[in-house]
Amino acid sequence: MGALDVDYMLGLVPVLLGYLPLTLQLASLGMVLALILACLFAVIRVQRIPVLNQFTVVFISFFRGTPLLVQLFLFYYGLPQLFSALTVIDGITATIMGLTMHFSAYMAESIRAAIVGVDRSQTEAALSIGMTNSQLMRRIILPQATRVALPTLMNYFIDMIKATSLAFTLGVTELMGATQKEASGSFLYFEAFIVAAIMYWIVVEMLSWLQGNLETRLNKAYSR
Amino acid sequence: MIELKGLRKQFGDAVVLDGIDLTIEKGEIVVIIGPSGTGKSTLLRCVNFLEQPTAGEITVGDLTVDVNRASKKDILSLRQQTAFVFQNYALFANKTALQNIAERLLVVDRWPKAKAYERAREILRRIGLEDKADAYPASMSGGQQQRVGIGRAMAAGAEVILFDEPTSSLDPEWVEEVLALMKQLAAERQTMMLVTHEMSFARDVADRVIFIDDGRIVEQGPPSEIFYHPKDPRTRDFLQKILASHQA
Ligand SMILES: Nc1ncnc2c1ncn2[C@@H]1O[C@H](COP(=O)(O)OP(=O)(O)O)[C@@H](O)[C@H]1O
Ligand SMILES: [Mg+2]
Repeated sequence: MGALDVDYMLGLVPVLLGYLPLTLQLASLGMVLALILACLFAVIRVQRIPVLNQFTVVFISFFRGTPLLVQLFLFYYGLPQLFSALTVIDGITATIMGLTMHFSAYMAESIRAAIVGVDRSQTEAALSIGMTNSQLMRRIILPQATRVALPTLMNYFIDMIKATSLAFTLGVTELMGATQKEASGSFLYFEAFIVAAIMYWIVVEMLSWLQGNLETRLNKAYSR
Repeated sequence: MIELKGLRKQFGDAVVLDGIDLTIEKGEIVVIIGPSGTGKSTLLRCVNFLEQPTAGEITVGDLTVDVNRASKKDILSLRQQTAFVFQNYALFANKTALQNIAERLLVVDRWPKAKAYERAREILRRIGLEDKADAYPASMSGGQQQRVGIGRAMAAGAEVILFDEPTSSLDPEWVEEVLALMKQLAAERQTMMLVTHEMSFARDVADRVIFIDDGRIVEQGPPSEIFYHPKDPRTRDFLQKILASHQA
């Protein structure tokens, strides 16, 4: 076993840090879009809106039942082949699309469970005073459901950050892609990838800490 | 004024309301009694369209709705004219006492914020819970929650408030304060339709008592008549059982 090239590793830190923002942007944008889509799906499922409900069931089943990498390739290589207008679809867009759809499928299910968990009598109370279904959802059910679902959603966000590393297979130079390039230049694979691994690790640890804090705050909510 | 004409409700093949005809004058306090499972809750829920009635006609104020031709708009207006107080309070868990009361003013009636909260505070004063304005339901006693539940129903100035066993879920220690608030409303001549097992409250406050069995009105009249001179054997039977259970 050869010695680790510590100087190389230290030198790599600032270089790779430069690509961390793209990783975080991919994950954040993916998360926001996935959340919106997931809420939509969850409401469609709960209210059993005809046609959309069946569509959503199939959509969720497909995106949970197939590997994320396959989905990314479908978006990046497959879509432009079908629709020539989409030849402009770049790696970043395809990654965000893939992450959004893949994770929205999982998140929809946890939001749906949280919605169903909100006491049915509050729905009746809201309807009894003349609120519409969408007012009921926006003002009463979703605020409570997101609180319940938040810990799970944070877990998906953490998963998503790690999943952004697949973007390098679509030629996106985010943290993983940059590491790959550096490593194949220096042949110091272990050094390069351990630096990248530690960066992912630190980001995830920070989020876990945030998650813990949020959960304590949320447990106290609605009880003053 | 509330008028129900031939109101029917079936769940599948089971007929729960079998043609209810009923007129309630403005300011009248009507208590509905009857064995459990005879459709008392269903009757109130149909008036508020929490259940879709199978047939009949509902008039509330100047709005008359044939239940089978009710548009979404009809249903919303009907609900706005008929406030509901639930057995288990059903307060919005993510809203404070003040917000629970203001909610419909803000969202349904689209009042400006300042005006809605001012009205909500005034109601909190009337129900004696000013100091709980910023409290969430989880931190309130059952009695306080139900008073907020009643406050929420009062907020809109609805034509009628429908109470479905408002004290049945309460620990005995909280029953009195809720009944006291309802008496106060009755004294202000708020029209009420009330399902309850609190017979002494019914005797003291009701203008009319209606005995329902098997989805039909069996007998109705002033409390003195229904409680002391019931005509129908089913009414007598029911009252005897209730009295026995209260003495036990
Ligand atoms: N959503 C429902 N689906 C089917 N049956 C129902 C439903 N709600 C009530 N029922 C039935 O209707 C009957 C009357 O119920 P309810 O109005 O709650 O009676 P009460 O309030 O007088 O005790 C009962 O037999 C009950 O089982
Ligand atoms: Mg009942």
